[in-house]
Amino acid sequence: MATRIPVLKTYKLFIGGKFPRSESARYYQIKGPKGKLIANAARGSRKDIRDAVRSAREAWKPWADRSAYNRGQILYRIAEILEERRSVFVDEICAVTRSGRAAATTEVAKSVDRLIWYAGWADKYMQLFSTVNPVASPYWNFSYPDSTGVVGIVAPEEKSLLGLISKIAPAMASGNTCVVIASESAPLSSITFAEVLAASDVPSGVVNIITGFKAELTEPLARHMDVNAIDYSGRDEATIKALQEAGALNVKRVIIRRDPHGESWLDDSRAQSPYWISELTETKTAWHPVGV
Amino acid sequence: MSHSLGTCVVPMNAGVTMKRNGNGKTATARHLEIVEPRQLYFGEKWQYAPSPEKKDHVKLKKHYDLFIDGKFVPGKSGKTFPTINPATEETLAEIAYAEAADVDRAVTAARRAYDKVWRKMPGSERAKYVFRIARMIQEKARELAVLESMDGGKPIRESRDCDIPLAAAHFFYYAGWADKLDYAFPGRKARSIGVAGQVIPWNFPLLMAAWKIAPALASGNTVVLKPAETTPLTALHLAEIIQEADLPPGVVNIVTGDGTAGAAIVNHPNVDKIAFTGSTEVGKMIQRAIAGTNKRLTLELGGKSANIIFEDAPMDQAIEGIIDGIYFNQGHVCCAGSRLFVQESIAEIVERKLWDRMQNLRVGDPLDKNTDVGAINSKMQLNKICELVDAGVREGATKHQIECALPKKGYWFRPTFFTKVAQSHRIAQEEIFGPVLSVLTFRTPEEALERANNSPYGLAAGVWTDKGSKIFKIANRMRAGVIWANTYNQFDPSSPFGGYKESGFGREGGVHGLASYVELY
Repeated sequence: MATRIPVLKTYKLFIGGKFPRSESARYYQIKGPKGKLIANAARGSRKDIRDAVRSAREAWKPWADRSAYNRGQILYRIAEILEERRSVFVDEICAVTRSGRAAATTEVAKSVDRLIWYAGWADKYMQLFSTVNPVASPYWNFSYPDSTGVVGIVAPEEKSLLGLISKIAPAMASGNTCVVIASESAPLSSITFAEVLAASDVPSGVVNIITGFKAELTEPLARHMDVNAIDYSGRDEATIKALQEAGALNVKRVIIRRDPHGESWLDDSRAQSPYWISELTETKTAWHPVGV
Repeated sequence: MSHSLGTCVVPMNAGVTMKRNGNGKTATARHLEIVEPRQLYFGEKWQYAPSPEKKDHVKLKKHYDLFIDGKFVPGKSGKTFPTINPATEETLAEIAYAEAADVDRAVTAARRAYDKVWRKMPGSERAKYVFRIARMIQEKARELAVLESMDGGKPIRESRDCDIPLAAAHFFYYAGWADKLDYAFPGRKARSIGVAGQVIPWNFPLLMAAWKIAPALASGNTVVLKPAETTPLTALHLAEIIQEADLPPGVVNIVTGDGTAGAAIVNHPNVDKIAFTGSTEVGKMIQRAIAGTNKRLTLELGGKSANIIFEDAPMDQAIEGIIDGIYFNQGHVCCAGSRLFVQESIAEIVERKLWDRMQNLRVGDPLDKNTDVGAINSKMQLNKICELVDAGVREGATKHQIECALPKKGYWFRPTFFTKVAQSHRIAQEEIFGPVLSVLTFRTPEEALERANNSPYGLAAGVWTDKGSKIFKIANRMRAGVIWANTYNQFDPSSPFGGYKESGFGREGGVHGLASYVELY
């Protein structure tokens, strides 16, 4: 019996809920550990970053306005869909990286669990980080966290699915929207994950994912005047410095995480925290006189 | 700032002078019905007697040295600069001018004190030192208030009732945290960062020093602080207090000078954390300068805060709130309510009542207890205010400036507001940092939000309405760190302060302010 010819998938970008090719029409090749061509990934451009930021900005207000309960349910919904498609991701991770099957299975399972962990935080972090302030004058005074806005995320190279999810879930929980630069060497599971997002009630534009060369994508993202924060995971000191410098253009909050790294993305004590949610929020304090 | 004449209703024929509104037209009868019966105007017939605060109790020295490692020492170069009284242009004292070598000495002292003493000291002991500082500020409150008004030009009423008591309160508040850090951050432990380099502005000199030093010390850091060039005196008197309180040498170091010393602090490799309050322009320079280092950074920068008045606002309180929002401290306030958004239906009456109220603002001698608006902090700042006000006139806005006598010497600017302001005008976009208000109008809450948020800044906002649900909607939707509802310019050590967007990041005050000075593990 003749072998069936498999159908190959075209991996594109994820912007504003759609899957466009790069505006630049460029590609780069993703090969397996043995050098076999797996796919032509989209090599995103500066213009793609700009389009993604515009989508993220449009999506931000309605997303931030949703109830915390609703955002929690949507994060949970992503986990549900990912759970069901676990084998797809295991196969893809095995094809592209040197990860063995057991390790890939662990990574995907942990990705689902991490989403659920943050789904539960969506309506709780605010109680943890809010205060009622005992001011000395007759005022009712309280402080609470508010989403920072549009967050530019540079996902880690390693653990390309788990790392990406560990970055976007805390950003989304408080109402931020994000533009993510995926792992350059292993971008495919990011785009396949975008298909999960598209099937999970996540409003268009809340998460946008760009694949391509970090060297040409990170700077336009960090320099963009409508991006409020940059959240980087990695250990490239030159990139870190460039991001921090570019961030100064509009006083971005620049978060640098050299850790977790490698296998420690699997370590809950290092790779998940309600403080990751609060670092992407702004504390708002409100005063009102007390009297009749 | 209240001079309410309350219910003193006088018939129109009782010799009350009719005044003109901002456009130079006599107000219409409709408005007189609402406004005039409640307004007494005595012209020049009722002169206030001067009520100057005495300054003979102030121990002002002719010369001040740097405070490094527990001792007062001259700058290495021997250079000094004068600090002047902006209300009289007289030199108050000569101040040592710190350069990189002095900053290095201060950082070395701070590092040694951190490693050898302060980080090892139990929190309960650190607390006692910080409490001491709070108490000694209270004890010297009158002297500090007079010094603050002499050096910076702010009315004695404000330095006496606001700056100095709040500075003491900040030390008192944070002192209590020193041995309670384990309770501050759920699920995490906090440890100090190391040496904090702090650069502060001239608008609230002692208060800003307190905002910076108190949380740093409580959480176990040591400090190198640089006060602003034009207002070094109260920080140096704070250094005396710190010496008298027997703080271990090097825990707090105070170096006076200009941007040279500031840059030396920011760039010093042995400084672990930078805290800066000042202009957005300099804030961006600092953020860029420390890129690629492991220094932590908090920035409290400029603003162009919106004060939004709805037609259902409590009118008289709102007028007081507008006055407090923009004329408090000569408008030298980063969170000043410098963009007034008035609902169109009440715009005319608000402008009229504001104009009436402004006639009662007393501009002059900062040491006079009746003074509402003191001297502009420096010649440079006065020039900047004039430049932007000229731009406002040139770009087509209508200027309304009160007429009042000003002292012959010193730097002064009469309280002013602009109407017919367009969003594109420089006076609607740029921080003026003076007693100048831009009045804009809106029709719907959505429009107010849209336009109020249309700014790269996001420090504070005011909202005035008697409708609670509207307050919460505006408070939730404003992209600003502090929302004052039916009030303005309130501060408290337990209440976090700080901005969104280009107004900076990090908070000062409350448990949130502690987070800026610790590392969590």
